[in-house]
Order: sequence, then structure tokens, then C-alpha cells
Amino acid sequence: MTDKQKNILKDNTAIIFGWFFAFLFFFPIFWMVLTGFKTEGQAISIPPLLFFEPTLENYTEINSRTDYFHFAINSLITSIGGTLLALLIAIPSAYSMAFNTGRWTKDVLMWMLSTKMLPAVGVLMPIYLIAQKTGLLDNVIALIIIYAMINLPIVMLILFNYFREIPKEILEASRMDGASTFSEIRQIVLPLAWGGIASTALLSVILCWNEAFWSIVLTTTDAATLTSLVASFQAPEGLFWAKVSAVSTLACGPIVVFGWLAQKQLVQGLTFGAVK
Amino acid sequence: MNSTLSRLLQAPSVILLLIWMIVPLSMTIYFSTQRFNMLYPERSGFVGLQNYEFFWTDPSLWPAIINTLLLVGSVLVITVVLGLTISVLIDRPFKGRGIARVLLISPFFIMPTVSALIWKNMLMDPNNGLFAFLATVLGAEPIQWLQDIPLLSIIIMVSWQWTPFAVLIFMTSLQSQDREQMEAAELDGAGFWSKFFNLTLPHLARPISIVILIQMIFHLAIFAEIFVTTSGGPGVQSTNLTYLIYVQALQGFDVGVASAGGVFAIILANIVALFLIRAIGKTLTV
Repeated sequence: MTDKQKNILKDNTAIIFGWFFAFLFFFPIFWMVLTGFKTEGQAISIPPLLFFEPTLENYTEINSRTDYFHFAINSLITSIGGTLLALLIAIPSAYSMAFNTGRWTKDVLMWMLSTKMLPAVGVLMPIYLIAQKTGLLDNVIALIIIYAMINLPIVMLILFNYFREIPKEILEASRMDGASTFSEIRQIVLPLAWGGIASTALLSVILCWNEAFWSIVLTTTDAATLTSLVASFQAPEGLFWAKVSAVSTLACGPIVVFGWLAQKQLVQGLTFGAVK
Repeated sequence: MNSTLSRLLQAPSVILLLIWMIVPLSMTIYFSTQRFNMLYPERSGFVGLQNYEFFWTDPSLWPAIINTLLLVGSVLVITVVLGLTISVLIDRPFKGRGIARVLLISPFFIMPTVSALIWKNMLMDPNNGLFAFLATVLGAEPIQWLQDIPLLSIIIMVSWQWTPFAVLIFMTSLQSQDREQMEAAELDGAGFWSKFFNLTLPHLARPISIVILIQMIFHLAIFAEIFVTTSGGPGVQSTNLTYLIYVQALQGFDVGVASAGGVFAIILANIVALFLIRAIGKTLTV
């Protein structure tokens, strides 16, 4: 075989396997989206229908049947609230660690990461009882605080990595011009780190949005998020596959798109900056 | 920036995380030595290690530990092997690679509860599911997935979500592989496997260890998939440690025993964490 033939073979292997696996892994999602446009009868029909007259009924009736928007708003509030709170705490700290790196900085960051390893189930009872005592059971505030705390270590570490990439010379120059620390942050660091902060936020929102354990355990109705709503469909009574699919599609759609956009940051964030 | 200000800026994150860690942790340890059932609040007091003994002699404990290890171990093997295969196979430009990549990694962003429902209902349902249909078409008896092989079913679901994660990390890492070195090896007559074992695998060593360790942390705590599909059953066939403790805590209302289980889970996670922190600490340049 000549080199050219070899290359063509490799190209074909890549294209065949690439699309094969893409199709294989995406199929369950495709099937869910498709089912969302079926009637309940079509959804459970045997043989399964690939071609059918699509209906929007599941989507138009989504709110009347499941109170979808109530849960969606809770998901939004807890994800964005948790993310903002984490950023608020993390930005000054990460900034100071990145530009004033001390002897203990690395150890502090590693310790922060280690708190991420505390299994949720290990602190289930205390958190539950504290929430109960403070009246925060089934309250979005409890979820916001918990989401902020469980994401804080990751947010800290990614921000720290971003801030470190800002050249120190720029800061020194501005300092010579007599800029205070806070105007330094506002005028130089934030504009330069904006992209990093935005993608960190995106990652945090994705993680909060898909969080299931605390949401299922700590909420019932008032503060229940979309993960809990979907979990409540586990009950065997009633096969509402089409409606569940429509709800699921709406619940996952935005996050999957976010995930596509934030691929690079996700790799960095999820590997704590070790793979870039 | 002077060091006082710097300490002041760093204090909130450190103090809050410290509280977040120490308060619940010490409460868990405290509760684990107490008789404390939410249904019988009047019976309380110090019971020493009785809760641990109760948890330890629970006939569900060993099945739960074995299930936990089986779940974590199988998912790790599947995701790493499949992730390596896929990312190496598609590590060259081809038509529509961007789109294929986006489709391929999508399962990772699906909510675990949604993923569980897709598999439970539309794919694995023994009457109306797609797999049952395919089995009948092929003339086989449909498998009662969640009834007969509950743990394997959950392993498949979790692997479906996490293989894309492995692919995503490996693909990113492969892009930084030295192409010239690969070409030089090719000119020297190195075959596919020799290149894979001598160049690619060493290059991916760190990403692989990180993928393994991060997955361990998440998979030790798998909950939503079990909660939605099998509720740990039939019997305790698909109960893992997390689910066992959850049942004791919020269905049995036994704070004491659940806390003893919690301490157990913390110790297990810490053994894993020790390795993870070490691996990441090496790669973090400060």
C-alpha cells in the first residue's frame, strides 16, 4: 500500500467511526426529542415509529400538566444564584492568590479541592437538619448556598488559572501610575479576565442545573428544580412518555447547547486545569 | 497589593469552605454516636459505637459495598477503553468532525434524571422499549433489563454519560501530541500499535489518570440514576452505598445509623481523594 492509499484509508476510518460513534451516542437523545413530538399512543407503539405526523401538543400543554415553568424558574434561580454567589466569593480570593502568590497558596488550593471530595451523603443528615431548623427546607436559598459551596473549589481553581495568565507587567505599570488595588481590578484585571470569568460561570451553571442529589433530598414542591421534576416521573403509574420527553427536551436543551459552547473550559474546569 | 489586603481578600473563600467542611462533618460524627431517630425524638442519648455496629451488621451493607465497587470499576473500564478507542480513531480531520464531536459529547450534559428516564422507559422497557422491539425483530426474547440485570443496566446508563467525558478529555489532550514525532516514528516503520503504546499512551497517561480519579469521585456518589430507575432493587441488587445511606436517612429516619454510614462513605472517598489530590497537585504549577 502506498502512503497515499494509507492516508485515504485512515481518513475513511476516521469518518466512518467518527459518525458511527456520534450517531450511537446521540441516538438516545435524538429518540427523546422525537418522542416529544409524538402522541402518547405513538410514543409506546410497537413497532416504534420513526416517521409520523409530529404534534406540538406536548409542548403547548406542558405548563398546564406539570407546572413546568415553576420548576424551570427554580432551576434558573438556583443555578444563577449559586454561580453568582460562588463568583462573588471566588473572584477576590482567586485574584489575590494569583497576583500575590504565597508559600501556602498551592496548599490552600489543594485543600479547597479536597473539600470537593466530601461525599454529599456523608453530610446529608447535618445539612438536612440545619435546613429544617432554619426553615430552609424546600427553599431555594438552601440550594443556592449549597450549589455555591460545592462549586466554589472548581470556580476558584479555574479563575486562579485565568488570572495567572494576565501579564504582571501591565499591573505594575498601572501601579506606577498610582492606581489603587480596586481600580486595578476594575479597569485592568476584569476586562482581561472577562472571558475566563464568563466561561467559569457557564461551567458552574451547567453543574448546578444538572445537580440532582441535593435537589431531590432537600426540596418537595416550592423550591423543586427541573431535576426533581423529572425524577418525580419515576413513578410507574401512567406511561406519559411523550410528555416526559417534551419536558426533558426543554430541561436539557439549553444546557446541552451551553456545553457545546463551553467544551474547552469544561475540559480545563473538570480536570482542574491539568488538561488544556 | 500588601499582604493584609491579600489576606482579607482570601479570607471569605477559605473561612466559608472551612465552615462548609467542618460543621457538617463534626455533626455527622457527633450524630453517629447518638441514638437519634426522627420518628422517636424522645429516645436520645449517647450510644457509643452502636450505630456503627448496626450499620456494619446490616445484611445490605456488603451487597451495597460490592455493588458500589462493581459499578465504579465497570464504568471506569468501559469509559476509559471506549474513550481511548474513539478518540484515537477520530484523531484526524474529517468531514463534519465538529458536528460529530458535538453529537458525541452531548450525553455528558444531559441531566442524570433525564438520562435515567430515557433508558428506563424508551430504551429498556420490556414491553414498549426499543431494545425489546429489536430483540423481537431478531427473534430473541426481550430482556427484562431493570428486573433481571439491574446493576448492569445502570452501568450501561452511566457509561453512556461518561464515555463522552473521557472522549472530550482525551481528544483535547491528543491535539497537543507531537505530530512530527508521530511522523518520524512512521518513517521509521513503526506500526499502529507500536505508535499507540510507545507514543500515544504515554502522552495520555496524565489525562487517563485524571479521568479515572474524577470519575471515581462522581461514581462513588451515584444516586439519581438508581433513585429514578430501580430504587435500589430488586431487593438490594442495585443498591450502592450512597443509596443505602439515603434509604436509612430519609426513609428510615434514623439519623444515627445514617450518620455512621456517612462516616463510612467519607472514609472511603478520602482514600480515593488522597490519590487524586496527589495526581493533580503534581500537575498544578504555582
